[in-house]
Amino acid sequence: MSNALTRLSLAEARDRLAARDISAVELAEAHIAAVEAARPLNAFITETPERALDMARQSDARRAAGKAGAIDGIPLAIKDLFCTADVLTTAGSHILDGFHPTYESTVSANLWRDGAVLLGKVSMDEFAMGSSNTTSCYGPVVNPWRRSDGAGSDLVPGGSSGGAAAAVAARCALGATGTDTGGSIRQPASFCGIVGMKPTYGRCSRWGIVAFASSLDQAGPMTRTVRDAAILLRSMAGFDAKDSTSADLPVPDFEAALTGDVRGLKVGVPREYRVDGMPPEIDALWGRGADWLRDAGAEIVDISLPHTRYALPTYYIVAPAEASSNLARYDGVRYGLRVPGESMIEMYENTRAAGFGAEVKRRIMIGTYVLSAGYYDAYYLKAQKVRTLIKRDFDDAFAGVDVVLTPTAPSAAFAVGEKQDDPIAMYLNDVFTVPASLAGLPGISVPAGLDADGLPLGLQLIGRPFDEETVLRVAGVLESAAGFSAEPPRMAG
Amino acid sequence: MSLDKATVARIAHLARIKLTEDQLDPMSRELSNILTWVEQLGEVDTNDVPPMTGIEHKGLRRRPDAVTDGAISGQVLANAPEAAGGFYTVPKVVE
Repeated sequence: MSNALTRLSLAEARDRLAARDISAVELAEAHIAAVEAARPLNAFITETPERALDMARQSDARRAAGKAGAIDGIPLAIKDLFCTADVLTTAGSHILDGFHPTYESTVSANLWRDGAVLLGKVSMDEFAMGSSNTTSCYGPVVNPWRRSDGAGSDLVPGGSSGGAAAAVAARCALGATGTDTGGSIRQPASFCGIVGMKPTYGRCSRWGIVAFASSLDQAGPMTRTVRDAAILLRSMAGFDAKDSTSADLPVPDFEAALTGDVRGLKVGVPREYRVDGMPPEIDALWGRGADWLRDAGAEIVDISLPHTRYALPTYYIVAPAEASSNLARYDGVRYGLRVPGESMIEMYENTRAAGFGAEVKRRIMIGTYVLSAGYYDAYYLKAQKVRTLIKRDFDDAFAGVDVVLTPTAPSAAFAVGEKQDDPIAMYLNDVFTVPASLAGLPGISVPAGLDADGLPLGLQLIGRPFDEETVLRVAGVLESAAGFSAEPPRMAG
Repeated sequence: MSLDKATVARIAHLARIKLTEDQLDPMSRELSNILTWVEQLGEVDTNDVPPMTGIEHKGLRRRPDAVTDGAISGQVLANAPEAAGGFYTVPKVVE
């Protein structure tokens, strides 16, 4: 029984709850058991089974009273970057040791308002800085997928939302919240064979999400189907006066956008995304994706996004600069870790030396340097100007197309320990996801096939600002055509 | 751009991160590699291109400069590593 309940999609579970065919408590129990069974994957930093059962009981009571919300009784995993009241929130970092927020992030509060159930907090790269979930101070998360020959070591789930992706793929949760600064929802979704959507910057409130790079950070849903992503996004999104960059726009019924009809839509295929060294299978999958959409009645258009190759270096100036400023708050005074020192400054320096991991230190140092007197114009201002050009590329392209189709990542999941010696090799994981982040555009990764090793590969769709509906509509057609039904060998539920 | 150890030590101090002597060399190599890589942006002609500071679809909203919250010092101090008498405590900063 528990197996059957964890194999439901979020939409199916919602409908069966509404039909009183299953109870929220039954659904929560099945998922709590799956979370326990999945412990070898190390996806969760904090499990909250008692809270989950309590919330599920309340959900059943609301339903009995005829007051059920849009996702009432749906068990979710929350990335440990969202502040959750009275529940440990770490950002995957020692420097937040013991931090129990006294407030709830807007996005998670929206989910609880609509009746969702908290299974626990899932792991991530420290402060969301990484593409492999290996920089978490709680250790690497293991991808539930393995190479089909069974050889080799454990694979990474991608990052930074690696715990969320692994938990959803392993059937521990019907969905999860992720955050995406340069690809942190889409790349792990691709690596774990699930759907991950970064909505338009401003669609989901950033309030109560531990800040990494504030002009880029955006929360989004991670689920097993496009429909589930549409349902979850609708509950997560919405205007919030507490975030000055939150968009004051109505939230559409994203699920209603899944009409399956893409006839006449123009799909751009950017020639600059055909990068050196990309595996031929990814190139071939990309071509199949275009064929599927053409067969469904869309028109495929070759487009150019000429500044694509400058997106990664731009990102690796802008994001560290903003991070160095945002992470100045970890000073050993107000929350988290404190390491004593003889003076105030020494206390700061000791605390931050002990509390931050290597990648976070590297990025704070880069950010500090590019913002420092004498280098600001050469690095930071230059990167901000190139960012303008990258956004203009998309503005020009969207004058002629409705969505853009690309691969999500330049590789399938790699082994834990690979790409650890060279930070730049790790950064290249985000080559296809960073441009849309810099431009603030909505993007989604849809599982589209398996490589020769039996590992999932995703295709990405990018849309116009606040046009998540078209992105989801096309994603739904891509999903149907791909018919991705493979399951990871290490499922817990 | 190649950063020498003295520059790395200065940045570390600005960033308030203590680095030991043996960490300076590896850090200067890593940072130099990253800076050399990002310098390819120099190829791009950005004359007359305005900097993009963020994604502001309609410009940033303004609100009245009014107190909207308060009287929650207990919550504010709840996570302090050290607090006393309703304040955060820090090492002595004046003699």
